[in-house]
Amino acid sequence: MSATVLNCGYVPLVDCAPLVIAQELGFAAEEGLALNLVRQPSWSALRDMLALGHLDAAQMLSPMPVAMSIGLGGLAAEIDTLMVLSVNGTVFGISNALAETLDLVPFGDARQLLNQLASRDGTSLRIGVPFHYSMHRLLLSYWTSAAPNLKITEVTVPPPRMADAMADGHVDAFWVGEPWGSVAVQRGVGQLMMAGRDVWQFAPEKVLAARRDWVREHDGRVGQLMRAVFHASRWLDAPKNKPLAVEILGRSEHLRLSPDLIDPAVSGHLVPKQGAHPIEVNRFLQFHKHAATFPWRSQAAWIAEQLGADADGLSRAKACFRSDLYRKHLAQIGTDMPGASEKVEGSLQFDTAVASSRGHMILAPDAFFDGKTFDFSDQKR
Amino acid sequence: MSTNLRILVVEPDQTRVRDIVDALNAAGWSDVKALGHVAALDRTVKDYQPDIVLIDLANPDRDTLEHISYVTETEKRAVALFVDHTDDNLTKAALNAGVSAYVVDGLTMNRIKPVLETAIARFQIMRQLQSELDAAKQALEDRKTIDRAKGILMRQRGLTEDAAYNLLRKTAMDQGRKVIDVAQALVTAADLLS
Repeated sequence: MSATVLNCGYVPLVDCAPLVIAQELGFAAEEGLALNLVRQPSWSALRDMLALGHLDAAQMLSPMPVAMSIGLGGLAAEIDTLMVLSVNGTVFGISNALAETLDLVPFGDARQLLNQLASRDGTSLRIGVPFHYSMHRLLLSYWTSAAPNLKITEVTVPPPRMADAMADGHVDAFWVGEPWGSVAVQRGVGQLMMAGRDVWQFAPEKVLAARRDWVREHDGRVGQLMRAVFHASRWLDAPKNKPLAVEILGRSEHLRLSPDLIDPAVSGHLVPKQGAHPIEVNRFLQFHKHAATFPWRSQAAWIAEQLGADADGLSRAKACFRSDLYRKHLAQIGTDMPGASEKVEGSLQFDTAVASSRGHMILAPDAFFDGKTFDFSDQKR
Repeated sequence: MSTNLRILVVEPDQTRVRDIVDALNAAGWSDVKALGHVAALDRTVKDYQPDIVLIDLANPDRDTLEHISYVTETEKRAVALFVDHTDDNLTKAALNAGVSAYVVDGLTMNRIKPVLETAIARFQIMRQLQSELDAAKQALEDRKTIDRAKGILMRQRGLTEDAAYNLLRKTAMDQGRKVIDVAQALVTAADLLS
């Protein structure tokens, strides 16, 4: 039996790993699929190719399907999130020049860093992000809105050029996915101040997305794809596999990055500035554990609210995070399913056992740096 | 046909950009500006206020342009993504040619269409030339690799050039692989062992 070929778009970042591993280690083949991984030059291009049918599925920034479902983001199309591909994995870094104007801030102290940035005089900070509809940008806006007198200008810079943009003085700071933060450190143009998880401890970063009409017409393939990616993400999150994962990703034609640039994100050991010792960042990038792959409808609602959606927008956003398909296609391989498809985002301070189909589910902390919680259940709104 | 549109072409390659500008000029649009360096993108869009921005679909700076289109404040200056579903054939043609365009909100289709068609035609030619060039380069690379593999076989096994090539070809056929793949494997192995 020959495998069904699916065209899957991706952007070469460390967190495209689940798709690469699904293909390279045969998880896709076990499901009767061959993933034709198609590298995309930009998120806009990826979105257009997916929306116009040149790709069957794609790795997307988690806010992209939400933005499109509420009519933002350029191209009107119904795109669904089948599952979450990765949680966290981004870094916030500042230029050496900006660092000199600040007192020493411990890595990961979002509150103190914000206070320091807000209390310095001077012009608006130019902060580079990879894309307007990205978790990077949403976290940046959420974080900086806690300091109303801090003026920032958001600048979109393709991640591979982020270090250059900082070296040229085009940006004073950036919020970027790995390895591009580590690249800036290696080149000595900037230093890392915190990880995305220091603002939101459990932020859905990339998702597996597909067109709604394609999903409707290809129920079998959707299930095969989701199971293949699910198995790949489980493999990726096993500590014993991490060195091999770095090696496979490093050797992969898809990433074209050297292993020493892939390792920090996968191992969670970040070097914050040139010559410094690595810092271990707990849950820096999570692929599988703590129901990381589950597309919580409340995550979609949080994104939509940040994008300024009204009640109708919130419900459309929730509908595009397909926890229904997740349950349908992954229950059959014995996946532990949460009792609900929404949670109060930001409410967990510690690892917490929750009701689930098999009773083994422990959710990781999902608190925000300011302690706010977000309840999107219908009764509350 | 109205030709007084301001067109901005974003393209780092000098030759390509000249091609596109010439094609647009020849078709009657005189107000065409080319931009190679993207650091100036937001300023140029603000100052020049183009009606249409043309950019290669594969250009990573598209994300930057999209951002400018979202956050531009004045309604009139707003640069919106063209690729919507109002004309699917045109969209498809643009996608295949590898061109994307951003247009000011409210421009009517009959003003945009001729610009797009001109750009699409030019992009198609450029794309074809590029792929021919790539193919030629690849063929040259492959020939060098095969020549090296033949050389190794001639030295190590005392074969003539023809016999060495036939051995490569037979091995490839037996294993269901391409000659170039077998040659590459041999060259790699020889490099490792030397």
